[in-house]
Amino acid sequence: MLDKFMHEIADNQLVAAFAVVGIIVWVSNLLARHLTGGRVHGSAIAVLAGLALAYWGGLVTGKTKGMADLTLFGGMALMGGAMMRDFCIVATASEVQIDEARKAGWLGFVGLFLGTVLPFIVGVAVALAFGYTDPVALTTIGAGAITYIVGPVTGAAIGASSDVIALSIATGVVKAILVMIFTPVLAGFMRLDNPQAAMVFGGLAGTVSGVSAGLAATDRRLVPYGALVATFHTGLGCLLGPSVLFLAIKAVSG
Amino acid sequence: MVIFGTALLAGCYLLGVLLGDILGSLIGVRANVGGVGIAMMLLMAAQYHMRKRGLMRPETEKGVTFWAMMYIPVVVAMAATQNVIVAVKSGPIALLAAFGSVALCACVISLINRAIHRTGAAAAWQAAMPAAELE
Repeated sequence: MLDKFMHEIADNQLVAAFAVVGIIVWVSNLLARHLTGGRVHGSAIAVLAGLALAYWGGLVTGKTKGMADLTLFGGMALMGGAMMRDFCIVATASEVQIDEARKAGWLGFVGLFLGTVLPFIVGVAVALAFGYTDPVALTTIGAGAITYIVGPVTGAAIGASSDVIALSIATGVVKAILVMIFTPVLAGFMRLDNPQAAMVFGGLAGTVSGVSAGLAATDRRLVPYGALVATFHTGLGCLLGPSVLFLAIKAVSG
Repeated sequence: MVIFGTALLAGCYLLGVLLGDILGSLIGVRANVGGVGIAMMLLMAAQYHMRKRGLMRPETEKGVTFWAMMYIPVVVAMAATQNVIVAVKSGPIALLAAFGSVALCACVISLINRAIHRTGAAAAWQAAMPAAELE
């Protein structure tokens, strides 16, 4: 019976991946609600769980594709592959209302550009300090400091290796979690008490999950303002990462 | 029909990726330059104009929003297929880069928002919409 079940899973890998990811997200949401009191977003825990499972998969198989190297979870490679990932990211643009975006004004956009360039510079500087010199690796790690989506999208576009991409995702995930935890803590310092401030915050802090969870824990009314700008963040990063920022790094490193 | 929304999304995706490839070869980068970002802008523009003309039915929207909501699960799957072992071995880069950028951004946010505060926008908003109303 168990044998038959395993056989079915191996024959229907993509469908099995949907089920597995569903379970991961469900457990993560439970953990987020009951262990962290809703302070850490369930999606951030789910992404961390994914990375942990990839670590385990790599440990078991000794190969490079994380969980997908185990036959039972082979479908994860298709579900988490470049095609599905980019397709879903493009779909999130539908959540941005252009009329609302116009009201966000120039401050949100100043925040967006600073929120793209500043983390990128910090990421590149840290990577440099740790001995990376290859422009592709530098750009990918810097892009990871923007968000955990921009990192892999940029890395895939400019041909970074899987380990550098994993590092950039790890950077972005750590950043998202830091934003979630420290937004309510630093709300007073950041003067986070009006929509304009929330838009500046959404642009600079980046990651949608971090911004929405952080603002929700600060003042629920601020969430849409921050999230509105933050939804541009990934798009802008994906646009600038493999183009302007990569070229800049290439030019600087000669 | 739901498929119209998904087809619109697919069309924007393919056109965006194509434009990204063309842009890449134009500027001499052997890579797709901002294809995903261009596709997002195309989708936003398409939806904006279709909504204005009443062409975006709720069913059609569903064909797009389903995929937007699938983005976290797909990212989870992507995370689960990364080469984490090598990343972990590469040391505290992730931690330092993340911590540094969050700290720097928090300071810049604080700086900008303190400047906004002087214009009195915050006080006006707090007065216009008491927190109690939304609880």
